[in-house]
Formats: sequence, structure tokens, C-alpha cells
Amino acid sequence: MSQTISPVLSVVPTRALVDETFKVVVENLPPASPVTLHALLYSEDKDYWEAYGHYVSDHRGTVSVAEDMSLGGTYTGKEAMGLLWSMRPEPGSRTGLRLRKREVTSPMLVHISVYSGHISEGFRKQSPLASVPTERWYMAPGVQRIEIKEKGVRGTFFIPPGPGPFPGLLDMWGGGGGLLEYRSALLASHGYASLALQYFSPGELQSSDLKIQYFETAFNIIKDHPQVIPDSIGIFGLSLGTVVAIYLAAVSTKITPRCCVCISGHHLYPLGTALNFNPKLEKKRLVTERYDENNYQILRDVRLPIPTDLSEKVDVRKIKCHMLLVNGDDDQNVPAVEAAEDIAQMMRSGGNLHLLTTLTYPNTGHLIEPPYSPHFRATNFIVPTTKEKVISLWGGQPKPHSDAQEDSWRKILAYLHHHLYSSTTPKAKM
Amino acid sequence: MIISGVHSIRMQKNPCCVKLSVQPSRGLVDEKFSILVQNTPPGFQVTVHALHHSEDGHDWEAFAHYTANNTGTVNVSEDPSLGGTYSGVEQMGLLWSLRPVPGNKPWLRMRKMNVQTPMEVTISVYQGHQTEGFTDQAPLAGVVVERWYMAPGVRRVPITEEGLTATLFLPSGPGPFPALIDLWGGGGQLVESRASLLASHGIAALALDYLTPKITVETGKMVENEYFEKAYKVLEQHPQVLGSRIAMLGISFGAVMTFKFAVYSEVIKLSCAVSVSGSHVQPIDGSVKQIFDYLIKNAGNTRINEENQTIWRDLLLPIPTDPAFKVDVGRLKCPLMLVVGEDDQNFPAPESAKDIKEMMERAGNSHLLTVLSYPNAGHLIEPPYTPHVRATNFVTVGSRQKVVALWGGEMVAHSRAQEDAWRKLLVFLRENLYGTNLGATSLSHLQRKGISWDPMPNGLVRDGLHLFYRTEVNS
Repeated sequence: MSQTISPVLSVVPTRALVDETFKVVVENLPPASPVTLHALLYSEDKDYWEAYGHYVSDHRGTVSVAEDMSLGGTYTGKEAMGLLWSMRPEPGSRTGLRLRKREVTSPMLVHISVYSGHISEGFRKQSPLASVPTERWYMAPGVQRIEIKEKGVRGTFFIPPGPGPFPGLLDMWGGGGGLLEYRSALLASHGYASLALQYFSPGELQSSDLKIQYFETAFNIIKDHPQVIPDSIGIFGLSLGTVVAIYLAAVSTKITPRCCVCISGHHLYPLGTALNFNPKLEKKRLVTERYDENNYQILRDVRLPIPTDLSEKVDVRKIKCHMLLVNGDDDQNVPAVEAAEDIAQMMRSGGNLHLLTTLTYPNTGHLIEPPYSPHFRATNFIVPTTKEKVISLWGGQPKPHSDAQEDSWRKILAYLHHHLYSSTTPKAKM
Repeated sequence: MIISGVHSIRMQKNPCCVKLSVQPSRGLVDEKFSILVQNTPPGFQVTVHALHHSEDGHDWEAFAHYTANNTGTVNVSEDPSLGGTYSGVEQMGLLWSLRPVPGNKPWLRMRKMNVQTPMEVTISVYQGHQTEGFTDQAPLAGVVVERWYMAPGVRRVPITEEGLTATLFLPSGPGPFPALIDLWGGGGQLVESRASLLASHGIAALALDYLTPKITVETGKMVENEYFEKAYKVLEQHPQVLGSRIAMLGISFGAVMTFKFAVYSEVIKLSCAVSVSGSHVQPIDGSVKQIFDYLIKNAGNTRINEENQTIWRDLLLPIPTDPAFKVDVGRLKCPLMLVVGEDDQNFPAPESAKDIKEMMERAGNSHLLTVLSYPNAGHLIEPPYTPHVRATNFVTVGSRQKVVALWGGEMVAHSRAQEDAWRKLLVFLRENLYGTNLGATSLSHLQRKGISWDPMPNGLVRDGLHLFYRTEVNS
């Protein structure tokens, strides 16, 4: 009787949060057997994303992705999570794609498969030796999702399971607009009542009338929620969201965030101008925007050189809360590193530098997101002011950018825990 | 403004922002989890509590007392419980020590009949060392944990052909997979909890109802051996099953049947067999009905203890010497594993195991035998981390009599036995069903012709979270 026994592929855990690691192991192969491990995801936008690594089994016929080296593929070396972070659209896909989950109440389903031999294409046309789907969740069980439409504020509020009360977070994305819920869902899964705030619809940037009151109202909605600790609320921003965060921290007299996490942003927002549209800047953009050899749009120079005139930027010397800046030194969209240096200089002269922590990552681009999500060096983007479709260059290289996402997320969670959980002093009498 | 409706009692402000995390928050039923409480004052006393609302509508709870260390942390995997429903360092104690909350009817058993949804457990942390009244107060923190019987991608296929009442669980992937027939005990019904877990571990498992199948319900007649042989054939011929690698696993009455087929069936050829809390004692001729008649004939040996619990272990004792009344295990040709609880009050599993060993040693095939024998474990040795129950309500299929059956076992020893036995069972099945490919030099024989497999067929069919894969065999 022929030994038609298939290898055994296991992914542990089979269901996890998106920022948790997994172990992929193949057993029961012949020894020294070349195989390809493959990950496949069918996105909400109906594109196929994939990653793969080439391995050789050991004397026991085992391959362990966490311990063995990938000898080729979309990642090489010892990379336990390479099958996720090195994913890219299948060859032949539309260009400029970005992978973002809009529906957070269901998981991303990633199919991990093992194929015989070292192959680099045509995965969907052949049968693997074994295949296991694994669920990657943004929401832990018991997290509540509440749509917010009150006092003019639009967003989605995610509340951790349990009675609470919990520290709160105001979570803001960037200039692309719209409402992205996944980071807030994940933060709620880590114990923070997080409001993903919509502050303009995609493409609406010019027409909406953004004032500081909008953000103060949103902050107070969080503060007034019975399951939120009113004096333990932070602000979390990326890109334009960071600009808003810094602005609120420095300028607002109505709200007091306890800390701010500011990813890939800057403080170059002149007081008195509309957040959404600055004619002077627009003129400058038309002159300073560049296109690289692939015709990707580079916007980092628009805000350079960093102005010395205080009226061109937020007075960060007025900030009274702790602030964490997270930047990539290959950010091609905003001059985040230069802005961070200027922020530090201003805060040194203002005597509040002790509130600032800056993390700068090498070869890392603009879109620093929760770990194990694929890196995008350039993606489709609709320029808010002109509605033109470009491919925006964000920067970064897959491996260093993914390392930065992993490292920064861990540090961000520790930072939030320190400022929003630990610093609540316990009462002596319980 | 949305007010949480979960707590209608006074909302107590969490004084010190205690943080509770359980990882993984979604796990398989047989996976371990880690529970961490953080941010308490040093030396703070807490009670960690588990609550599960069962499918049949009862509340089960477990709890343990801990004292935080100097960094305000409690780690259930490493710290000792100072009291509660378990004590000492017990990573999974909050699950296996679950018992019905006071006020419930007695003698309940926790079973999950719908394996397509997870078991939900609420883990909470309360202030101080408490033993009751948990539902009357707000905890400091609480999280929800899901415990799944089915891994993502496992397919559940009801089988009704050939008059069978069964459910086939197929692992994800193209296969083909080694398979197993899973037989439960004298209570009947179609119990899917073990088969679904086995499929989550790569074995195509067929849960077979042989006591209360549709055909018996309709005709009033118990099934014959042909019923089991049909089940075997259905498995053998399934395009995603390796027909040459099929095992049988039975518990209690199901184990009794397993012995019969492992030795005598001309049709059923097993790669290996497992008996959990079973016995080879039975009339070797005939089938299910004849075994029931044999038990009824010996019903006089039933004992009732001072708590009015029924002990049935003597119905099969003494172990007969007459070869017509015990399966001749000396003729067994495949590996056999016996899982035995030494405090089994329902079946004489330890005595049977001893006799089996002697018979096989005499016949010269004892190298096929593995015996796992657990002191202070009872009859119901099931997948790990499910609560131990020493005695429960029981209705036998034959007599329709309602009793409180004594299963036996002491909670801690029984829970350890379940964990150890399950792990060893999986290794035993893996070795005998998967074997090893160390002799092979290439995988070319594994490129099966004619089976196309697409994980993402056009028109995704989603049932909850599970994609159904279509497989076709091209001729």
C-alpha cells in the first residue's frame, strides 16, 4: 500500500488578534524536502494578496516558520510573521492597492498553505499539500461597537468588555478622510474606550468647515460616557490626525488630554487657517510636489523648510501633556523627522521637553500601522483639494517598515498603559 | 447617550483601574489560555471568576483567590490559588473546576451539542477573597473568552445516506485525510464535540449516532453491525478520506462496540483503535441489542450508594472466562490504546484493561497495546478543560429509566487525566494514522491527480465565519 500520507500543517493560534503572533509548523514531510509556505488573503476590495517563503525540512521532516530560515520568496531569513507582513497584491492585480479592513466585526481570513518544491507563482492554479485558514481579528470578543451621531460628531466608539470604567482615546486618521475603525477596535481590545473620529468624508476636505470645537465636542463625548474615566483620555493620531492632536494639546482650553500618540505628523499648522484648506500652502504644493521615476507623488517638500516664524506653526511650548512621536525617516509624504526636531527645539526652549518622547525608525515610511499588516510603499490616493487621482509615495522598505510597526506598536501600548492606566493613583482604602 | 445595559445594579467606579487580559481570547477547547491581572496595589486580594451560561440554560461558575505581587500583578499560570473551586498553581483551573451555581437543580452535566458556535466564558476579577454573590456586584474588570470546537475551515457535513445518522467533520485543506469513527456512550444522541475537535487536528472524524439514529426512532429497532460497516464504507469512499487509514474511537458503550469491530469485522479494517472507559466484555455474537440484553440480564448487580446514586460497574463483572462473552483481543492486528479511570463507577474499565493485557500477552500481540490508567479518574474522560462531574442525571436508552449515575473521579485528578489522555491520544492517532514519511524521498506521489481545490470559489458561501470549499474530482 503506497504511503500517500500528507504533511500536517498547523497554525497556532487559529484565531488571533491582528497584533498577535502565530506559529506555522509543517510536519510529516520527507527530510530535507523543499517546500513553499504561502499565505493568501481575498480582500474586501476583491483583490488577492499573497506572500510566500521557501523552506527545506529538517531531518525529522519538519518546517517551523518561527525557527527556520526562508531561503527566498516575499521575505527571507527567520521571520515568524513574514507570511503576513510581506503580503503584496498578486502579480497582475490593479496597481496602487492598500489593504485596509473596513468591516471590523468579522475577521480577516488568511489561508496558509504548503506546496511541494520552491515555487514563486501560479499558487492558485495548483493544489497545495495542505492548507489551513486562520482568522485575524481587530475586535476581541465582548468589545462593543457603537455608532456615534450626536452633537454633529460622526464616528464609531469601541468599548472594551467589562464594567469599566476605562481610559479613553480619541483616534484620528489622516488626510484621506472617511472613517477607519480598525485601530480603535484593536485599541478597545487592549482595554481603551476608543472613538474613531470621522472629520471629513473622502474628497470633502475643502468643503467641510472644520473647527476646533468639533474635536472638543468629540473629546467630551468620550469624557461623558459612563464607562470612561474622565481624566484619563488620550489622543491618538496619524498624519493629519497627528496635526490635529498636536493642535488640540497646545491650543485647546476646553479639553485636557492625558497624553498623545502622534504618528507621522507635524506641527506646521498655522493658527487661524482652516484645517482643511490653506491657499498659501496649495500654491506652494503646486511648485514643490515632486514625482519620482514611477510617477509617484512625493509631498514631503511642500512643508519644507520648517518655518522659523512662530505664526506658521503650533506653539508646542504650550503643551502640558505627555506626547509620543512616532516617525519613519523615509517618510515621503510629510517631513515628519524634520518637524520632530523642530518640535523638540521649541519644547526645549519652552521648558517642557521632558513631556516629549520621539521614536524614529530607519527605512520606514509614512503609514506606520499596527503590526503584521503589509507595507505599502505607494498607493492610490485622491488629492483632497483637487480630487485628482495620484499614486502617493509613502516611503519605507518592507522589512524595516514592518519591524518598525511591530516595535512601535508594542511601545505605543506600553506608553498608553503607563499614562492612562498606571498613573491613576489607587486609593489607600479599598 | 448609551448606558451599558449589562449592569442594572449600582455602577461601582473602579478605584484603581485594574486591567484583565486573557490570551488567547479565542481558542480551541483543548488549548490553554493565560490570565493576567495588572495594575492592582501591591498585595491586593482578588478573586478571579469564570461564568458560563450553558446551552441548556444553566449558569456554571468557578473562582479562585489570589494575592497580587509587589508590582500589582496576578498571573494565573504562575501564581497559586489560595482557595476557591481549585487551589494551587492551575493554569486552566477556572474551566475544569466549573460547577453549577448554587440554586440550580442538582446533577447537571455540561455538554455542547451545537459545535458551530463557541462556548463563551466571562472571566472577571473581583475585589477581595469572595466565595459567593458574584452576580450581585460589579467586578473590577471582565472579559469574554471564546472556546471553539471547530477550527476555522473545518467543514461540518451531515451524513444521512445509507440510513445513517452521523456528522462528518473534515479538516480544512484539500486532503485526503486519515479518518476516524467516533462512538459515544449509552446515553445516545449525536454528540459532535470530540469529532469536531479531532477534525481541528487534521483527522476527518465521523460522529455516529448508533443508539438513537433516525432509523431506530422510526422503527423501534436497534441497529445491527451492518450499520457501523456502512458508516465505515461511507468514510472509506469519501474523496477526501484516505481509505487505508481509518481508526475507531469509542467511549463507554461506544468502546464496547469498538472492540467488537476491531477484532471481528470483515469489512471494518482499522489502522488503530481507542477505548476510553470501555470493556471487551460482551456477547461476541450479535450487535447493540444483544449487548443491552446482556446488561439488563445482569441488572441485579446494580448498586445504589447512600446518596442514591447508581453504580453500574458490576453489570459486567466478574470478567467472564467463557470466550463467548468477551472479545478475543488476542486476535487483534492493529494498535490499541486503552484509557482507564481507576475510580470508574460506571464500567469495570480497570478490570477489563487487566484482562485485556493478560489475553494479549498470552496471544503474543501485547506489543500492540498501550494502557493509560489514571488513579482517581472517573468514567467520563473527555477532552480537557471541560468540567468534571462525579454524578449526573442519566437516562439509559434501553430502559428509559431516570437515575443519577455515579461516574466517579476526584476533580483534580480527573482533570489532569483528561489533559494527559487527550494529548497522548492525539499523538497515538497521529502516529498510527499519519505515520511518517521518513522513508520517502520525494513528495511527487502526493500530487494527487484529479482533485481540484480552490479556497475561494466564485461566489463565496459563508456560514457565519466559515467558507465552504467546493471540491470536485475530475475524471
